[in-house]
Amino acid sequence: MQVHRFEKVWLGAALLLIVGFIATVAYGSVGVGVAMVDDSGGQINAQAVQSGNTGTPFDDPGVVQESEDHYVVYVVARQFQFVPGSGDDPIRVPADARVTFRVTSADVVHGFSVVETNINTMVIPGQVSEVSARFDEPGTYGLVCHEYCGAAHHTMGGSVEVVPTDEYESQQQQSMNETQLQSPEVGN
Amino acid sequence: MVFVDSYPKTSKLVRSEFIVAFAALGIGALFGVIQALHRTGVFRGFVSSADYYTILTAHGVLLALVFTTFFIAGLFTWAVASSLERELPHRIAWTAFWIMLTGTALAAVAILGGLFGAPSVFGHSLSADVLFTFYAPMKAHPAFYIGAALIIVGSWIAGAAYFKALWEWREDNPDERIPLQTFMVLTTMLMWYISTIGVAVEVVVFLIPWSLGLIQNVDPLLTRTLFWYFGHPVVYFWLMPAYLVWYTILPKLAGGRLFSDPLARVVFVAFLLLSTPVGFHHQYVDPGIPEGYKFIAMTNTMFLLLPSLLTAFTVVASLEHGARQNGGSGYLSWLRSLPWDKPAFSGCALAGLMFAAGGFSGMINAGMNINYLIHNTIWVPGHFHLTVGTAFALTAMAISYWLVPQITGKPLRQRSLAVIQPYVWFVGMALMSNAMHRAGLAGIPRRTAEPTYDEFAFQGVAGTVAEMRLQIAIGGFLLFVGAALFLVVMADTLLARRGGTLSVNGTIPAPLSGPEHSPRILDNYKLWTAIALLLIVIAYGPPLASMVVDGLFAPGSPPIPV
Repeated sequence: MQVHRFEKVWLGAALLLIVGFIATVAYGSVGVGVAMVDDSGGQINAQAVQSGNTGTPFDDPGVVQESEDHYVVYVVARQFQFVPGSGDDPIRVPADARVTFRVTSADVVHGFSVVETNINTMVIPGQVSEVSARFDEPGTYGLVCHEYCGAAHHTMGGSVEVVPTDEYESQQQQSMNETQLQSPEVGN
Repeated sequence: MVFVDSYPKTSKLVRSEFIVAFAALGIGALFGVIQALHRTGVFRGFVSSADYYTILTAHGVLLALVFTTFFIAGLFTWAVASSLERELPHRIAWTAFWIMLTGTALAAVAILGGLFGAPSVFGHSLSADVLFTFYAPMKAHPAFYIGAALIIVGSWIAGAAYFKALWEWREDNPDERIPLQTFMVLTTMLMWYISTIGVAVEVVVFLIPWSLGLIQNVDPLLTRTLFWYFGHPVVYFWLMPAYLVWYTILPKLAGGRLFSDPLARVVFVAFLLLSTPVGFHHQYVDPGIPEGYKFIAMTNTMFLLLPSLLTAFTVVASLEHGARQNGGSGYLSWLRSLPWDKPAFSGCALAGLMFAAGGFSGMINAGMNINYLIHNTIWVPGHFHLTVGTAFALTAMAISYWLVPQITGKPLRQRSLAVIQPYVWFVGMALMSNAMHRAGLAGIPRRTAEPTYDEFAFQGVAGTVAEMRLQIAIGGFLLFVGAALFLVVMADTLLARRGGTLSVNGTIPAPLSGPEHSPRILDNYKLWTAIALLLIVIAYGPPLASMVVDGLFAPGSPPIPV
């Protein structure tokens, strides 16, 4: 088959570009460690999430401290709010700690993205999305449901409050004390 | 001889297909401008924010499914008849047309029912606010799914007419190479048959019985995976007809001829092989799918750039050849010797230019990790309005200026409107799309009636949010004007009486390098189909197996009406 010289050069350059793209993505995942959302979160019964009897932390979603440097945030997405996250119930996590979001849906497909970060996942009924991140900068981050989920989809937002580590720990202590005052049998 | 006189029956078919396509374009464009004004907050008086999603669903289905499929059916019908020099088997082709039209009517009624209070029809509320992707467990009226299935089935039958025409031609021409246009049509249809299996199984096996209450649950991850098995190749179903135009007609409009027939065939075979085993790149951030499968899809996606990059070369080389035939010279000043005042040419050329921009933003989407930043932001519609919304749509409109006179025998009317129309579209899309891309970088989501939240405010990146909104609104309005100009030209031409002489003809000059230079194996459809299926088994076999091994309907979700 006859191929013009210029076209051969172009073909070579195109292949180089393609291989280069694949190489950068491979480097991003192997070298830099950008992990993809995958099946690590496992499955869950969506109707049990809806009725709150999964027997998992999703029944009472919120932040759980797994270890000194690792916090797990359980979030239930439902029409049309994140629990926690929406309205006056922001997700509060410390800066400079490993934060793993575990998100699932109680009803339809939702999205979960923390604006201007790499935290961006689909939330699919029956599946648990798992994303880990570390916030370097304290501040308030926007939280968006980015998949259409029904007539009031556009109201489904929220926020993530990232607070400096020492402040977070003292606030945590304070709220624990308050909880103990109210109901001494919980607390430990 | 004019096409309509040589092939009157086929011409009538093409006209009917085009008229449905143009009607869908008109309604779809109207719904588009309503959205552009609504979500930017410029004017929210047309619909409530809840009904915005009805408009959005109709916009997506009417433009991405109805306009495209009917226009492609018309274009392919013309291309096969013209390149094989025979009337198409019209009974099969008309059956296809009526099935597709019935499907369109069912889906449209189901969607628009949402604007009229979703009355109960056959025990289900008549609405389908589920958008173009209809992700379960959001449930639409069963008529929506049945209608969508009929459109697909109709397109399959239309394909049968093209194949039957080829077999008839083959009997008379046992040793000839398949003419290039027919080769492109059939390669596209083979790709379409393979890729629509996914959505057909999703709709027929799962969603129709589920929406009728015959089965209780469906697995939302499995059904969306089946959707995206189809959802990426469908963009090549839109693109390959545009490529057919760019390869076979555009060089002639530029005053020259195609650079290379063999490479055009290679490009189409590459699309047949690689279009389908890439769907997971729409599911990069889906849970429940191991990273390895996403990586395979990413690699295939990147290689899918190759046929488009080759096309860029061939098309530009053909244009340059044409310009030099017109007396053009210099490194770049030959561009001035192209017929920019002929809308068929300028529309195709501008569509190609915008497709290059869309290709680059597509490379970002394909980049598995960088995609985190823009997934499901308004960047994505910014991207596909350059591809399906311009590379396909503007090419379709532009080539109609050339084709409609030939299938009607009527010279183009309102020529001055036609001349400016591609530029109006181009400017409108440049405004809307650049602002959408930048707004996406700021994290502003797609598919929302009001992209503002109580809890926080978006910060603009490379521009302010207010400026982007204004550009999207003005751009969307110009696009509506562009569509309206096109429809005025078409309506006036179609309704005119026959008379006068045509300034266009359908003869396609032979390529600089003809099919005799290409190996015959390129025309071996069985081989390429087998390899395409093998690649799909590799990319989709293990993940689909792991999704169904725990039960076809588990983890299950009952329907949730919206």
